[in-house]
Amino acid sequence: MKILVPVKRVIDYNVKVRVKADGTGVDLANVKMSMNPFDEIAVEEAMRLKEAGKATEVIAVSCGVTACQETLRTAMAIGADRSILVETDVELQPLAVAKLLAAVARKEAPQLIILGKQAIDDDANQTGQMLAALLGWSQATFASKVVIDGDKATVTREVDGGLETIAISLPAIVTTDLRLNEPRYATLPNIMKAKKKPLEVVKPADLGVDVAPRLATVTVTEPPKRSAGIKVADIAQLVDKLKNEAKVIA
Amino acid sequence: MSSYVAPLKDMMFVLTELAGLDKVAALPGYEEATTDVVEAILDESAKFTGGVLAPLNYSGDQEGAKWADKAVTMPKGFKEAYAQFVDNGWNALGGNPEHGGQGLPKVVSAAVQEMWKSSNMSFSLCPLLTLGAIEALELAGTDAQKAMYLPNMISGKWTGTMNITEPQAGSDLAAIRSRAEPQGDGTYRIFGNKIFITYGDHDMAENTIHLVLARTPGAPEGVKGISLFVVPKFMVNADGSLGARNDAYCVSIEHKLGIHASPTCVMVHGDNGGAVGTLVGKENEGLKYMFVMMNAARFAVGLEGLAITERAYQHAVAYARDRVQGRAIEGSASGVAIIKHPDIRRMLMLMRSNAEAMRALAYSVAAAHDAAARHPDAAERAHNQAYVDLMIPVVKGWSTESGNELSYLGVQVHGGMGFVEETGAAQFMRDARITTIYEGTTGIQANDLMGRKIAREGGATVKAVIGMMQQTRGLLAQQPGAQFVAIGTALERGIAALSQAADYVVANYGKDVRAVAAGAVPFLRLMGVVSGGWMMARAALVAQAKIAGGDADPFFPAKIATAHFYADHVMAAAAGLASQVVQGGASALALDEAMF
Repeated sequence: MKILVPVKRVIDYNVKVRVKADGTGVDLANVKMSMNPFDEIAVEEAMRLKEAGKATEVIAVSCGVTACQETLRTAMAIGADRSILVETDVELQPLAVAKLLAAVARKEAPQLIILGKQAIDDDANQTGQMLAALLGWSQATFASKVVIDGDKATVTREVDGGLETIAISLPAIVTTDLRLNEPRYATLPNIMKAKKKPLEVVKPADLGVDVAPRLATVTVTEPPKRSAGIKVADIAQLVDKLKNEAKVIA
Repeated sequence: MSSYVAPLKDMMFVLTELAGLDKVAALPGYEEATTDVVEAILDESAKFTGGVLAPLNYSGDQEGAKWADKAVTMPKGFKEAYAQFVDNGWNALGGNPEHGGQGLPKVVSAAVQEMWKSSNMSFSLCPLLTLGAIEALELAGTDAQKAMYLPNMISGKWTGTMNITEPQAGSDLAAIRSRAEPQGDGTYRIFGNKIFITYGDHDMAENTIHLVLARTPGAPEGVKGISLFVVPKFMVNADGSLGARNDAYCVSIEHKLGIHASPTCVMVHGDNGGAVGTLVGKENEGLKYMFVMMNAARFAVGLEGLAITERAYQHAVAYARDRVQGRAIEGSASGVAIIKHPDIRRMLMLMRSNAEAMRALAYSVAAAHDAAARHPDAAERAHNQAYVDLMIPVVKGWSTESGNELSYLGVQVHGGMGFVEETGAAQFMRDARITTIYEGTTGIQANDLMGRKIAREGGATVKAVIGMMQQTRGLLAQQPGAQFVAIGTALERGIAALSQAADYVVANYGKDVRAVAAGAVPFLRLMGVVSGGWMMARAALVAQAKIAGGDADPFFPAKIATAHFYADHVMAAAAGLASQVVQGGASALALDEAMF
């Protein structure tokens, strides 16, 4: 069984995000970029399935600028066997990414696609679902446990108020939640080997996909600064404010 | 406790722009050390050290290594962290590929080791000693010894030690008394007591390989009669499995000012019939081999001065941003974070600028080490080796003395809370304290620098280095702006002070060695301060070129500002240090011994 693992290059989780002065987006110049943490969990899960003998090959795929090669090398350092970069300078929105991934999936014919439930930059939480719809495959989102048995998968999902366990048929899409696993640290020999693993570069046009953005960003602003608090005179005033100003108690 | 975030950006800047990583990667055998691979290695090393080693630093200090029944138990979490360290291949980074190492150059391992030391200095001493022992076996071991020990030592499955010091033989190894009696079967029985043996015993690895200095029967007195032996904790069978427990035991550990998690052992060899060992290299040449590993260890301890400064700096910055205390001196409506106060700012800049200068000097020496080992041209090898030999005592002595001063400042930034152990700033100061002492005190480094490295060759190498500094000075004069005027002027004055002091040393070492030696440590510091200023000036030139080329990364103006601060605040000491060297000898020695 082949597993396809889409990975996204995002602003590093340690970086303090700043909005560009002109409000057109987040300032990414000279900031550290890393693999989306939910995608790291996806790579780890794919590796565990391979090590358990359930999968034969793990292929990482990323869509975006040339520098995404670094993210793919990271995936290969963790253990992915090879990788594919769909290279473009166009700003990619979830639908475009899903279309690109669907095209790659039709070519590679994996049984399983594991990806992060969302990326920590735009938090869209759409790509996995759109991909499942485009391919017409089963989907199990927000996975906290994945068990593969033949051509079926049993997936425990983190849902509001608890866990839901579903059985799906392969091929399928699984999106990872935080508690699925704890990603390993790459070993030094694997970091060295990653350089020599195959990395194929294709263009969206090669896949016959139009990646032009369908949505326009109007403006990006920082969250409002927290303003100074006030001192209340007594409990009655506090309760009044909670009720009528903050409206947090009835 | 505080987190550690490896300064990847500055590390990569120094590697690629100042240390010449591309030139190192062009050397035979180092082809894999390309910028992208090195960046990937440092990236993962940063994650590992920040995520696994750093969280054990404070708890390891508080708990300490424990001794009972001739065995050491490490603080909680160390055994697991070490297993992960070995499994992930970090111990094998620079190891010989013939025995399972990755064979990466020293310039790369310097950066990775800085992270080990910043994240957890006590932990880092275990691989430091193993790497030293590997070096000695590579240099002088027989093929059988190499086959028996190296693969497991390079992987880190077994650790190594250096059993050098004895109660009466500290800085003076001529006084070593441990003896080795040949058994007629190629093995020796070792008898003797060794002290200050770092990681002499612990529970993180299944075997410990001791390298022990001892005398054979009838060996000449003094340093010419010392041989080196390899003595495993557990004997190794022909098939590589572990055999009987050898007669080499840790009988106690020291209670120390710092590095509490690093067991400093008293070792007794031969209380029960003799510890079985085999000779490494030739009889009576042990000290020569020991000095090879000592040079590597001295460089590594120099990195500790840098590493502890970096960690203390990060800790102090985090506190200074967070701690609100006092109004701004120019007036403010309410209290401000102490990072706004000019004196706090000055202290943080001292920590930052010195750390950057030390890093640049240490990595440049590591790169020269790689060229000295691998350059195809013999003249290039020789010239790089001379630079390494000259600079090792400077990297060791200057970086560790600075590390002490700067971790002291780290405590100062914290005010009263810095004096409280729970804050964590005090540990860096305590851990730093050993670095100016072990692997040769600052005084020993300074004597080595002045005697062996400068006076003996008439100052040839130091003059060549001064020549390179003057070239940098010339380039500074062509740059625009007041910052470069300040950096250039300070470097010019630093060069003048260093030249004057070096000329004095060369001219007077033969005539009045006691007066010259009284100024040895000021000379070493002068050499460190000016070399650091030279490195910061080179960094500023690179930054200026990047800015001129349209690079808008704020890292570059910050680099120039930091170099400017170093020029104003650190280089100012150069003239005073030179005067201590040139004029201070007589007064230092004026009092009769009886007057003390």
